[in-house]
Amino acid sequence: MAAPRSELPAWVDIGLIPLLNLAVALIVAGLVVVIIGENPLQALGIMLNGALGSFKGWSYLFYYTTNFTFTGLAVAVAFHAGLFNIGGEGQAYFAGLGAAIVGLNLEFLPWPIVIPLAVLASAGFGAFWAWVPGVLQAKRGSHIVITTIMFNFIAASLMVYLINNVFRPVGRMAVESREITGAYILNFRELGRLIGWKLPSTPLNPTIFLAFLAAWGVWYLLWRTKLGYEIRTVGANPEAAAYAGIDQARIITVSMAISGALAGLLSVNEVLGVQHRLLLEFAGGAGFVGIAVALMGRSHPVGIVLAAMLFGLLYQGGTELSFARPLISRDMIVVIQGLVILFMGALEYAFRPWMAALFFKPED
Amino acid sequence: MNKRTLLAAAASLAMMAVSALAADDKPAIVFDIGGKFDKSFNESMYNGAERFKKESGIQYGEFEIANEAQREQAIRNFADQGYSPIIAAGFAQAAAVEKVAKEYPDLKFAIVDMVVDLPNVQSIVFKEQEGSYLVGMLAGLASKTGKVGFVGGMDIPLIRKFGCGYVQGVKAVRPDATVFQNMTGDTGAAWNDPVKGGEITKGQMAQGADVVYAAAGATGLGVLQAAADGGALSIGVDANQNYLHPGKVLTSMMKRVDVAVYNAMKSGKDGTFKSGIQELGLAQDGVGYAMDDYNKPLVTADMQAKVEAAKAGIIAGKIQVHDYTADNKCPAE
Repeated sequence: MAAPRSELPAWVDIGLIPLLNLAVALIVAGLVVVIIGENPLQALGIMLNGALGSFKGWSYLFYYTTNFTFTGLAVAVAFHAGLFNIGGEGQAYFAGLGAAIVGLNLEFLPWPIVIPLAVLASAGFGAFWAWVPGVLQAKRGSHIVITTIMFNFIAASLMVYLINNVFRPVGRMAVESREITGAYILNFRELGRLIGWKLPSTPLNPTIFLAFLAAWGVWYLLWRTKLGYEIRTVGANPEAAAYAGIDQARIITVSMAISGALAGLLSVNEVLGVQHRLLLEFAGGAGFVGIAVALMGRSHPVGIVLAAMLFGLLYQGGTELSFARPLISRDMIVVIQGLVILFMGALEYAFRPWMAALFFKPED
Repeated sequence: MNKRTLLAAAASLAMMAVSALAADDKPAIVFDIGGKFDKSFNESMYNGAERFKKESGIQYGEFEIANEAQREQAIRNFADQGYSPIIAAGFAQAAAVEKVAKEYPDLKFAIVDMVVDLPNVQSIVFKEQEGSYLVGMLAGLASKTGKVGFVGGMDIPLIRKFGCGYVQGVKAVRPDATVFQNMTGDTGAAWNDPVKGGEITKGQMAQGADVVYAAAGATGLGVLQAAADGGALSIGVDANQNYLHPGKVLTSMMKRVDVAVYNAMKSGKDGTFKSGIQELGLAQDGVGYAMDDYNKPLVTADMQAKVEAAKAGIIAGKIQVHDYTADNKCPAE
C-alpha cells in the first residue's frame, strides 16, 4: 500500500488525479440522478449547500470528519506496516465498552480526571481488539484480513449481549445503557451557552481536536520516530526488515494495537461526546468508511483529514439531499458515496497512465 | 474557474428550492434504520401515512434514518420547518424525540414502541405479548408433533416480548410442548436476512417443529418460505402475511402500527391530538391474529373458539399474559 511511486510531480499525484477522479465520480453519480428523474445540478447544489452553506452544515461535516479521521488513521497505520485492518468497525464498537465502563462507574470523579480516563479506556479496549488478531498474524500466520473481519462479528455479538443483559436498565425497551453523566463531553452548543453564545444544535464536540491531534501524532510516529521507521520498513519490505534485525512479530502486534487504539477513539466522539450512552451499532459503518478514507488520503495524515472532510461533506450533504428530495432515497445517497469510493479508491490508478504520458518527468 | 460559477449557480437554485418547502401543521414521519419498505414494521407505518395522504390530500414529510446521528438531525429538521405532529418509528428514536420535543413545546410529537414522558409527546406502545399469546395457542393446537419454533430478528427486549407471549400461549394449550427459540443475528442485518431465516427454520423443522412463528422483519419472509417448502406451517408478523403462502401460513400476529400512525396524523389535523401513553392491546384492536380465506382451512371452528375465549379472557383481565420487558423475565420457557 505504501509502495513508492511517483515519477509524476507531486501536485499531479496528490492534487490533480484525486480531483479528476472526484469529477468523474460526480458525473457518473449525476447520470444516476438523471435516470431517477431529478436534476443532477440541483442535487449537487443541495448537497453542497447542505454541507457548506451554513454553520450547522459545517458543524455536521466536521462531526463526521472526526469519526472518519480516527478510522482512516487506524487503517493507515496498519497499511504502513503492510497490514490490511478491516476490523476498525469492531474495534471502535468494542472500545465503546471501555468508555462506558469508566464513564458509568467512575462518576464520582471530577470530569478533568474521568474524561481522560475514559479516553484512555476507549483507546485501550480498541487496541486490545486489534492486538489479538495482530498476535494471531504474527505468531500463527492467521491472515489479518480474515481475523479482523471475524472480530467485527464477535464484537457485534458480544456488545448485543452485554448491552442487553448488563448495561440496559430493567424495564427499558431501548437497547442502550443509562446516560453517562460523569465523562460527558459537552458539545460546542453547550460550551457556547456557558459563555453566552447561541450556536445551532449539532453533535460537533471538542473531540475534533483530539482527531487533529491524533493525525499529527500519527505523522510524528511514522516519520519522526524509530518505531515508525521500523513500521514502514516492515510494510515496504519484510525481508529487508528482517535482515536489518527488525523484530517483525513485534512490529505487527504493536502497529495493530496502535491501529485499534485509533479506531477506538471513535467511541470517545460517539459514546462520550454525542450519544452519552452505550448503544447498539453506534459506530454506524465509520470503521469501513475509514478504509476508503485511508485509500483516498494515500495513508498520509494530511490526506486522511482532507478525505475525511470529503466524506463528511458527502454524508451531511447526502442527508440534506434526502430531506429536500424524497425521491432521492438514502439508498441513492449510498450509491453516490459508493461511486466516489470506487473512483477515488479502487480506480485511483485509472488516470495515472494518461497523466504520466502528459507529465512524464525523465528520471532514473 | 468555469466549474465554480456553475456550482454557485446550482447552489443558489437549490436554496430557492429549499425555502419553498415551508410546512405548517403538516405531519412528518421518521422511519427507523430498517427502511420504509421492510414488508413489516416500517412499511406498516408507511401504509398508515399513505392512507392519511390519500384521504386528506396532505403531503407529509418523511425521512429514512441511515445512521445514529441522523435521528436527532431528522426530527430537529422537521421541527425547524414547523411540521406537526412528527412521528418517530421505533424505540431507538426515544432519546432524540425527548431532546427535540423539549425544545419545541408548541409542536406535537409521537413515538411508537417507547414511552417519552413529555406534555407534547404521544407515546404509542403495543401489547405484543397478548397477540403473540393467541398465535401461540393456535400454534400449540395446530402442531402434530408437539414441537413449535420461534425465529426472532435480533436479541432485543422487544423480540423477547414477542417470544415470551408466544411460549405462554403454546403452553396454555399444550403444557408439554417444546418451543425452539432462535435469533437471526447480532447486527441490523438480522432484520433483512431471509436466507438465514430460512436456514434457521429448516434447522427447527429438522428437530421436529411443525409450526414456526417469525418476528424478524424481512427475515421472516424466508421463514415463511422455508416452512411452506418443507410442509410445515408458519405464523407471520406485524402485517397480515397470510396471503404470502395460501394454506401454509397458519395466521399472522397483527400489530396495527398503520392505524396508530394514521390516527396520530388525523388527530393532528383535526386538532384532537392527545399526548400521553396510548397502550394498544387486544381490547383496542391494536394487536390480534389474522383470519381470512387463505388460512380458513387451517383453523378449525374448535380452535378458533378456544382462541376467542382466551381473547375475551385477556380483555376481561381473567388471563394475565406476562410482559417480558416488565422484569426481563419470562415465566415460560
